[in-house]
Amino acid sequence: MSTAHDTQDDARARVRTERKARSLRLMAEGQWTTREAAALDAELRRIDLGDATDAVIDGSGLERIDSAGAWLLVRTKRDWEQRGTRVAPIVLDDVYNALLHAVEHEHTAPPVTIHDQHTLQAFVGRVGKATVHGLQQGVGILGYLGRVTVEVTEAIYHPRGNLKFAALVHQVEETGINALPIVGLLSFLIGIVLAYQGADQLKRFGAEVFTINLLGVGLLRELGGLVTAIIVAGRSGSAFTAQIGTMRVNEEIDAMETIGINTVDALVLPRILGLVIALPFLTFYADVMGLLGGAVMCYFDLGITVPVFMRQLQDAISVNTFMVGMIKAPVFAFIIGLVGCFEGLQVERNAASVGKLTTRSVVESIFLVIVLDAGFSILFSIIGI
Amino acid sequence: MEKDVVIKIRGLVNGFGSQILHDHLDLDVYRGEVLGVVGGSGTGKSVLLRSIIGLNQIRSGTIEVFGKDTSKLNDMQMRDIEMRWGVLFQEGALFSSQTIAENIQVPMREYLDMPQQLMNEIASMKLSMVGLPENAAVKYPSELSGGMKKRAGLARALALDPDIVFLDEPTAGLDPISANMFDELIKDLQKSLKLTVFMVTHDLDTLRATTDRIAVLVDRKIVVGTIDELRKNPHPWIQEYFSGPRGRAAA
Ligand SMILES: Nc1ncnc2c1ncn2[C@@H]1O[C@H](COP(=O)(O)OP(=O)(O)OP(=O)(O)O)[C@@H](O)[C@H]1O
Ligand SMILES: [Mg+2]
Repeated sequence: MSTAHDTQDDARARVRTERKARSLRLMAEGQWTTREAAALDAELRRIDLGDATDAVIDGSGLERIDSAGAWLLVRTKRDWEQRGTRVAPIVLDDVYNALLHAVEHEHTAPPVTIHDQHTLQAFVGRVGKATVHGLQQGVGILGYLGRVTVEVTEAIYHPRGNLKFAALVHQVEETGINALPIVGLLSFLIGIVLAYQGADQLKRFGAEVFTINLLGVGLLRELGGLVTAIIVAGRSGSAFTAQIGTMRVNEEIDAMETIGINTVDALVLPRILGLVIALPFLTFYADVMGLLGGAVMCYFDLGITVPVFMRQLQDAISVNTFMVGMIKAPVFAFIIGLVGCFEGLQVERNAASVGKLTTRSVVESIFLVIVLDAGFSILFSIIGI
Repeated sequence: MEKDVVIKIRGLVNGFGSQILHDHLDLDVYRGEVLGVVGGSGTGKSVLLRSIIGLNQIRSGTIEVFGKDTSKLNDMQMRDIEMRWGVLFQEGALFSSQTIAENIQVPMREYLDMPQQLMNEIASMKLSMVGLPENAAVKYPSELSGGMKKRAGLARALALDPDIVFLDEPTAGLDPISANMFDELIKDLQKSLKLTVFMVTHDLDTLRATTDRIAVLVDRKIVVGTIDELRKNPHPWIQEYFSGPRGRAAA
């Protein structure tokens, strides 16, 4: 008695089984290639050994077989043997001997295990990891702040060529001059918006001329510097992290260290000092552009002419108002540069890490800029400026 | 019997700026052969390889792969061809954010719909084929040695059992035992699968052990022949290459 089982005929790869008494014969036919492997895999797993004590795997009817197909044959043979069936050596054309030999290996642990991300346990684990990581990050950046401070002081008081002038100029150009269009445009627009909203509210009291006070104080004390710092954090802080991070990935930083180049001197100082020089100028420029935007709006919306605008502005602000805004700029610059470079040096040697840390660097520096700004406000109100 | 040509290059011109690398270069690669490509450093072997697989804008000439001019194919037709070749880059070019096993599975995921378990089995089979230990599967490229990265790259190139593999210095950075194993593997696959291999290499032992023919890139053109034919070629560079101290030692 013999039974035959056929898979559908249009398939390019076929598995047939034949049972005679207590022996099972598996016949592999057609094209056993990687393309067909998924279907064959399912097919082979479905085969029921039943009460067979002997089995034969016959590949003599194959048109073509590649390493995935050969692996399936080898695996099936091994499976059956483990279940106590005697399996004769695989029958296959001689040219495939080398292939069979190549795929023979002990397969033990599955190389990829996908963990369930959605259990409560996994969630608690992630929270814990993030907390510890956050703390470590804080300690790390404080340590780095210390190192950079020492190096900056040294570079200023004992310059021994550790600060490259050309690199510094390049950074000022890159972070300052090249940022002029975007900073100018955005400050101009913010001036317009501020003037429009201020005028709208103050008109109700007939006090529209105080729009100019609002503009002057708001822009010079707070908004000019803050907006500039945020733009620069997004523009240059991210660039610092990506540049230094990519150098990490390429082992360039390792190479510099083995040559004996101080990476803080070579990479970090020019960036941070360049930004410290550029940001005050950018802030000043933003103040001017913002006031210009406000003046334009006042002229068209309230009919305030430029001379009137100027006079009112002189009454509204003092040199202190301006200085309060300006004094914050170098501090913001230092923080943005520090965070950008620090995160760049944290990059691991893979591409995804560069992206992740660049994002983190921007978020952290904007966060720190706003926190510092709040701190300055409190400080100034205590000392009464 | 006429041999089956799988790669046909005619009048290829390549260059960067004023530097000309290939000047009306012709080359045929036959089905099932292992072709070694040699030439001085910087003569344009990698650029030749990149031109065939379409990564390099060529100045003029035609390149046919499986009888189709690759510059005239649309995306779908190109994808069909891309599925049939595997490439090992000179620097490995592993995806840095994925483990080695995931790297090997990338082509399977892209082209085929396979259950994860089968992909795992095939990935670990390929790893052992190229001589990597099983624990390498869960490591990231940055955690491997240079030679291990080469082998992982080879495993990824072989993931879909392609018809042609392009190898750029596959044995550079391998110890002699691993290099021997590589030679064996290439010969096995060539015998069983009729694999066509386009291999840039400086390794004279590998050239001797695996290649059917060797293409020498000299004077911006290709000179093809077996090792013995090339030994008789009077060109000074070719003489120096095959009959210098290293060339003799490998013979
Ligand atoms: N993208 C590119 N832009 C400019 N020049 C290039 C570019 N890629 C390669 N070259 C130049 O082309 C020449 C050949 O480079 P290629 O990488 O092909 O050399 P090779 O023969 O593979 O050398 P090696 O044996 O050292 O790997 C070199 O001189 C290189 O400087
Ligand atoms: Mg090269």
